[in-house]
Amino acid sequence: MKDVSYWSIFLNSSLINNFVLAYFLGICPFFGVSSKIGTAWKMGAAASFVMLVASVCAFVINIILDIIGAPYLRIISYILVISSTVQLVEMLLKKLSPPTYQALGIFLPLITTNCAIFGLALFQTNKGYSFSQAFVYALGAGAGFALALVLMAGVREKLDLANVPQLVRGTAAALVVAGVLSMAFMGFAGLG
Amino acid sequence: MALKPVSPTDEFVKGLWRDNPVFIQVLGMCPALAVSNTAINALAMGAATTFVLVMAGLSVSLLRKFIPKEARIVSYICIIATFVTCVDYIIMALSIELHRALGAFIALIVVNCLILGRSEAFASKNKPGRAMLDGLGMGVGFTFALLFIGIVREVLGSGTLFGVSMFPDGFQTWTIMVLPSGGFLAMAGWLLIVNWLRQKEDDAARRAAEAES
Repeated sequence: MKDVSYWSIFLNSSLINNFVLAYFLGICPFFGVSSKIGTAWKMGAAASFVMLVASVCAFVINIILDIIGAPYLRIISYILVISSTVQLVEMLLKKLSPPTYQALGIFLPLITTNCAIFGLALFQTNKGYSFSQAFVYALGAGAGFALALVLMAGVREKLDLANVPQLVRGTAAALVVAGVLSMAFMGFAGLG
Repeated sequence: MALKPVSPTDEFVKGLWRDNPVFIQVLGMCPALAVSNTAINALAMGAATTFVLVMAGLSVSLLRKFIPKEARIVSYICIIATFVTCVDYIIMALSIELHRALGAFIALIVVNCLILGRSEAFASKNKPGRAMLDGLGMGVGFTFALLFIGIVREVLGSGTLFGVSMFPDGFQTWTIMVLPSGGFLAMAGWLLIVNWLRQKEDDAARRAAEAES
């Protein structure tokens, strides 16, 4: 995995294999927090941030687990270390930069144990990325997640004004929109 | 207000329809959509999740007196992660192909909000037997939901069911159903049907109540 360019890793994780629309990761916040563009991009930014933290954590844990020869501890250590690191960062943020905390802080606990974050840690391990490659991969995944969330929020804001039958309102309509968005993202398949 | 005592069977049955995790509570959507492209994958995923649900329910319920309130989420996650690791290795031992098909999604059972949700909302407050029944009911309901989505996607998308061909040769498969967007669309379709059935149920209940008064 040494010869893959950073740009293609970024494209791959953000558009071609978009975490939400191609891997179905992070569906809960995707439907839960995508009703307004304002909250959607904040959520996206917070998730990207946590993804970067998780990526670094996972890389370090993996090295340690390799040294002590205990791959069966991977799942449990990933989830514990990632969630506690995020908690720590949240506290630091509260102390150092209250405005940022005000904007993103409330979303942090929500996404700590999100499947997109955990999935990212697992995928980068499975793909055997180097440290910098993993970092770019996380950056792309975060950007793709934010993009999907904001696009979805844009469509849903319009959808609220439309005359939708009572039966379809809510989750069912959101799912159909997600299906169409996912179809649109299939168009990126040739890029990589 | 005294709650009506709930019978053990009811504990099990509620997960199947009234509180179905996927169709009604819309929990655990990620695996429900990601590995439901064939019926057999859906079934395996459902079975793995059910195992974790039952075992986590049992353990959390047994340990409910010892787990301090402040550290409960972390403890639950540890318990769940332990059983998920077991399932991961069991599936790898049973069938390496299945393990490859499900990929990282077995490990992702850890972050399935359904399991943490049941541990927090039910197992931490109830006796071990009931917690297991609740987990079993939720697990079976989850498996059925996955299977329904999986069957639709496999029949339409590949023209097969459990790998057996369903249609004569001329059938044009709907490739879209196997692809990610098909998951969203199949799920939307089932949600519509479930919503419609529930609306009918509600209407019938309301009419019955009006007839009584």
